[in-house]
Amino acid sequence: MKARVYVMLKNGVLDPQGEAVRHALGSLGFDGVEGVRQGKVIELDLAEGTTEATVTEMCEKLLANTVIESYRVEMG
Amino acid sequence: MKAAVIVFPGSNCDRDLAVAFEQAGADVTMVWHKDTALPEGVDIVGVPGGFSFGDYLRCGAIAANSPICQSLIKHAERGGYALGVCNGFQILTETGLLPGALRRNAGLKYICRTVGLEVASADTAFTAGYSKGDVVNVPIAHHDGNYFVTDEKLAQLRDEDRIAFTYTDNPNGSVADIAGVVSKNRRVLGMMPHPERAADTGHGGTDGVAMFRALMDQFATA
Repeated sequence: MKARVYVMLKNGVLDPQGEAVRHALGSLGFDGVEGVRQGKVIELDLAEGTTEATVTEMCEKLLANTVIESYRVEMG
Repeated sequence: MKAAVIVFPGSNCDRDLAVAFEQAGADVTMVWHKDTALPEGVDIVGVPGGFSFGDYLRCGAIAANSPICQSLIKHAERGGYALGVCNGFQILTETGLLPGALRRNAGLKYICRTVGLEVASADTAFTAGYSKGDVVNVPIAHHDGNYFVTDEKLAQLRDEDRIAFTYTDNPNGSVADIAGVVSKNRRVLGMMPHPERAADTGHGGTDGVAMFRALMDQFATA
């Protein structure tokens, strides 16, 4: 089974990389890009029966730094 | 003073930090990240700069979960001292021993130059050799030194006089110009600038020497 974890900087934490991407899109002529936030996706191959609670624990302990990042888990 | 300096795969300031401790008169032992115990009777643990584990996942995140860091956390919880510089600061925030987190520099560039630091608190064993308000010149070399804490935590750091150093000219976007903070018991310091790179006339500056000497005095009188 698989799980996918999305890690993003929390709202309110400035994302300078996202801001740089927004500027670059603007200079390519894409108008109307009002915000870009850049995060990461972590795919996990897991033993059958691994629970979402376990993946959440992985996020809390290692995959995300909850001081500045939020995460979302998708199972399956 | 007995010091231990932790070496992670990708550390590159470990020997510089060891030399700075030695020049102040400390006995220094290098400790490998896979070691599970610190040497007996260690007063202070140095967590060096570099790119531990290639900065994979987040700067310091993998190192913070290495076997030796479990011993480091116990050492700090027992009231032991620790100094984390640059990647070492990132590691200390990842272990939770220090508050906040280090984000990518606001200008997105890696910055390597000497900066002015104001001593924001001289009331720590690390900064006792300076006076509050002193400006010292110390090099920085980092890509992720943009310190973040919540407003609430910042207020707490200020109330408890835990901001050790601030930048005189903020190079990286850090909240409140913060360059270094101490733990609640004032025995763990994390800072992005490199005092060990301002510890010999050959470095072009010696403003970092006072930190290592002050630590030495602390343990000589203890």
